[in-house]
Amino acid sequence: MTQKEFLNIVMPFKDKVFRLAKRLLVSTEEAEDATQEVLLKLWNNKKKIAEYRNVEAFSMTMTKNYCFDKLKSKQAQNLKIVHSNYEEKNTPLQKQVELNDSVSWVAKIIEDLPEQQKMIIQLRDIEEYDFDEIAKMLEMNNTAVRVALSRARKTIREKLTNTHNYGIK
Amino acid sequence: MVLNNIEKLLEKYENGETSLKEEQVLKNYFASDTVAPHLEMYKPMFAYFLGNQQEQFTKDVPLKTKTIFNYKWISVAAVAVLMLGFYFGTSFGNNELGTYEDPELAFNEFSKSMEMISSKFNKGASTVSYLNEVNKGTSTLGYLNEIENTTSIIFKN
Repeated sequence: MTQKEFLNIVMPFKDKVFRLAKRLLVSTEEAEDATQEVLLKLWNNKKKIAEYRNVEAFSMTMTKNYCFDKLKSKQAQNLKIVHSNYEEKNTPLQKQVELNDSVSWVAKIIEDLPEQQKMIIQLRDIEEYDFDEIAKMLEMNNTAVRVALSRARKTIREKLTNTHNYGIK
Repeated sequence: MVLNNIEKLLEKYENGETSLKEEQVLKNYFASDTVAPHLEMYKPMFAYFLGNQQEQFTKDVPLKTKTIFNYKWISVAAVAVLMLGFYFGTSFGNNELGTYEDPELAFNEFSKSMEMISSKFNKGASTVSYLNEVNKGTSTLGYLNEIENTTSIIFKN
């Protein structure tokens, strides 16, 4: 497999890998490293790519596992990932909608969700995968995905309603 | 009517039962300017979702094609070198034997070398003639036998 063929396979979903990594690892730099790592692993195993039934789902699973490993090793070292430089640069809609604060609230609310729910929100509401694909990527069953998604959406809505109505953060 | 529909969809949405198409309808609705005031709080959520879809991975991935050195080729090269060696070695050796084209010249050279061989041979053989002296010496030893004879006669008596 040449570099070009590989890129043709990888290009369509590399951004999704990156966004999922960022959802879990929060910082852009770490997410970039994770994406690079995942793509390099794919490249090194390029002979096996033909055997994978769904390269995209496979890479998403890889990303998830890689990020979990990262998070675990961070926890084991007793380091808390604090990203002071974290800001939402890439939401051009922010200005258009003039909801600067509210949108970043959403980011914060999602950040506070448990990891599994974070991933499901990311995959469903942002990447728009269907439930079967999500179930495959996260190695869960279909109903568990639905339940977790419903919980995550309800949490987001509740917190948003609170901030909207009373201005509590 | 539309609002009613949206509210129903929102409920389904929260239960995780909406299809991707229905979610698209919701996203479109909340991206528009005509959002009902009591649903305002959903707006940032859907705006966030839409905004996040645009984020891209811009870093380059260094894809190196590893050139794996194959040791098989070393053996191939070695065999090639050996073959060349054999080929040139044999062809150079066989060509130069010092043959003469002219038979008369060849005969002369041959007889010359034969003469040389015979002269050297004669020299060697002449030195062998000294061995005759040894034979002479041994023959004189025969006189000793006669002495023994006479002494034995004396002691008998």
